[in-house]
Amino acid sequence: MSRDFFLFLAVFVASLVEGVEAVTIVLAAGLTRGWRSALAGAAVASVALVATVAVLGPALTALPIDVLRLVVGALLLIFGLQWLRKAILRAGGFVAVHDEEAIFAAELAAARAVGREPRGIDGYGFTVSFKGVLLEGLEVAFIVVTFGSNQGNIPLAVLAACAAALLVIFAGVAVRAPLNRVPENTLKFAVGVMLTAYGPFWGAEGAGADWPGGDAAILVLIALTLITSFALVAATRRRYARLPAAATTPVPMT
Amino acid sequence: MGPLRRLAVFFYDFVVGDDPRIAVAVVVALGLTAVAAGAGVSAWWVMPLAVVAVLGFSIHRATEPARNRANTDRPQ
Repeated sequence: MSRDFFLFLAVFVASLVEGVEAVTIVLAAGLTRGWRSALAGAAVASVALVATVAVLGPALTALPIDVLRLVVGALLLIFGLQWLRKAILRAGGFVAVHDEEAIFAAELAAARAVGREPRGIDGYGFTVSFKGVLLEGLEVAFIVVTFGSNQGNIPLAVLAACAAALLVIFAGVAVRAPLNRVPENTLKFAVGVMLTAYGPFWGAEGAGADWPGGDAAILVLIALTLITSFALVAATRRRYARLPAAATTPVPMT
Repeated sequence: MGPLRRLAVFFYDFVVGDDPRIAVAVVVALGLTAVAAGAGVSAWWVMPLAVVAVLGFSIHRATEPARNRANTDRPQ
C-alpha cells in the first residue's frame, strides 16, 4: 500500500512539474503558429513517449529482480541526486528559479521571428511543440519505467502520469497562459527527495544488502534525505548571502 | 557532430547531468555495498552515508565563493 502510494505520488508530482513546462511551450507555439500544428506536435510526441514506456517497461521487467534493482536503484539515485542538487541550488539562490512567464515570452518572441508557412501544418510550430513535449516527457517516462518496473506496477505509474498530464492540460486550457503559480521548485525538491530515498534502497538490495526493518527503512531514508537537504539549503543560503554583490546574479538553468 | 554522437551526448546529459562525480560516486558506493555484502558484512549503511556525502560535496563545490566569483563553473 505505502509502496504504491509513494510510486503514485512520485510519478504524479514529477509529471506535474514537467507537464507545466511542456504546456508553456505548446501554448506559445499554439498562440503564435496556430493550434493545429502545435497540437499535432504535442500529440506525436505523446505517442512517442507512450511507445518508449511500452517498449522499455517490459524489457526492464524481464531482467532478474536483483539486477533490475541494482540498475534501477543506481539510475534513480543518480537522477534523484541531480534533481535535488538543482532544487537546493535554486532554493539557495545560486541558480535562477524556473520562470514560466519568461520562458513563455522568449518562446513567443522566437516563434514570431520565424516566417510562417502559407498553409497546412506549420513546421516551426510542430517542431517546437514536439520537442517541448518529448524532452519534458522523457524525464517522466524514465521515472515511470524505472519506478514502475521495480515496484512491478507500471500501469499505476502510467495512471499517475496521465492524471497529472490531464490536470495540467485542463489548467492550461482554462487559463490560456503559463501556469506560473505552480511551485515548481518545491515539487522538484519533493520528487528529488523520493528518488534519492528509493534509489539507495533498491540499489543496496540489488547489491545484496539487507535493510534493517525491511520496507520501513524507506521512511528512514526519506527522513534522512529531507534533513540533509534542508541543512544544505540553509548552508547554501548562508553562503549566498556572503557572496559579493557582483556574483549574486542567479544563473538560469533548465 | 553526427546524429549518433548527438544522441549519445543527449543521453549522457539526461542521465548524468551537471555533475558527473555524482554518477561515479553512486557506482562506487554500490560496488562497495556489493563487495561488503558478498563478504558477509552488514552493508546497508554504505548507501545512506554515500548519499549524504555526495550531495554535500556536490553542493559545497557548486557554491564555493571562489568558483562563483569567477563564475566559471555555473551550470547552464
